Amino acid sequence: MARNKRAIPEINAGSMADIAFLLLIFYLVTTTMDTDKGINRKLPPWDEELVEDPPPIKERNIFTVLVNSNDQLLVEDEYLEISQLREKAMEFIDNNGDGSCTYCKGFKVSSSSDNPDKAVISLQNDRGTSYGMYVKVQNELVAAYEDLREKYAEEEYGKSYRGMDEEEDKDLLSEIKKAYPQKISEAEPLNIGG
Amino acid sequence: MAVIKKKKDKGLPAVNTSALPDIVFMLLFFFMVATVMREVDLKVSVNKPQATEIQKLERKSLVTYIYAGSPRVKYQDKFGRSPRIQLNDAFATIDDVQAFVIQEREAKSEEDRPMMTMSIKADKSVNMGLITDIKLQLRKAQALKINYSSLQPKNLEALYSSEN
Repeated sequence: MARNKRAIPEINAGSMADIAFLLLIFYLVTTTMDTDKGINRKLPPWDEELVEDPPPIKERNIFTVLVNSNDQLLVEDEYLEISQLREKAMEFIDNNGDGSCTYCKGFKVSSSSDNPDKAVISLQNDRGTSYGMYVKVQNELVAAYEDLREKYAEEEYGKSYRGMDEEEDKDLLSEIKKAYPQKISEAEPLNIGG
Repeated sequence: MAVIKKKKDKGLPAVNTSALPDIVFMLLFFFMVATVMREVDLKVSVNKPQATEIQKLERKSLVTYIYAGSPRVKYQDKFGRSPRIQLNDAFATIDDVQAFVIQEREAKSEEDRPMMTMSIKADKSVNMGLITDIKLQLRKAQALKINYSSLQPKNLEALYSSEN
């Protein structure tokens, strides 16, 4: 009887905030805002029958990069450290041997590439090469192109290539990419030290 | 003076905290929605290589992952230590890759299929032999957009040092 007379007590909601905080902290801790990043590459399409004679390319227009199973580099028949690769590749691409490239700053060496459009980087590795080394070499070669494009963009348009927006500066970007087209060719790997 | 006296008499009113749970719930919902639970249980240890010229993978729904590395310690007595491929939640052999890619592509909507990107998450110590085999399978499966998953190095010296 006495109970009925009492008013229903209000539910104490004071600890609701604590519970919500607890959940919030759980999600804060478990959330991994990991954005996946990496080097984008495109593979050549697979062809069942072997391609009949590939188009001939002049020796001077090919920049050969070989990586052996001990992760050592042989660039244009010269032993090289990975830290020197970018510079060498840039020299090669920017060489401008036939003088047709008006924006190039190369040395016009007769043994190096004709112009950026013709320059091809040929990369070959061994099956025993470590993936880390392979990515590093890829990175340096891509960086060589990116650095050249950056310089070109600064001079021609007074803008940073890397800072450009993909949507806004679409035309500009394709223009710059045309000035220094990325031509990296990968040969089937060797199997010597594998 | 008179005004100040008046205020003192009333005393400070307690701060109303009844909206606090609402605010906390709002934050909670944000994190609940933003959280992406790790979909796969990694069975191989992946220590990503480092690179500077990296790009973000924009749409997660278009990305398919292929993991490669040596099995984790708890799987080592069963699978050994030599590098292996992991697709979804299970170890796989190189012959499974092509079927896996085709199956993943089928699961995507028609207009998304050409934009499908394969993300290769491999340990930096893995031999290129395995990666080359994966790449060949991807080419056969017509999955040509690939991404070598890498980390941004903290400093450039780390990038060029021989241990990495």
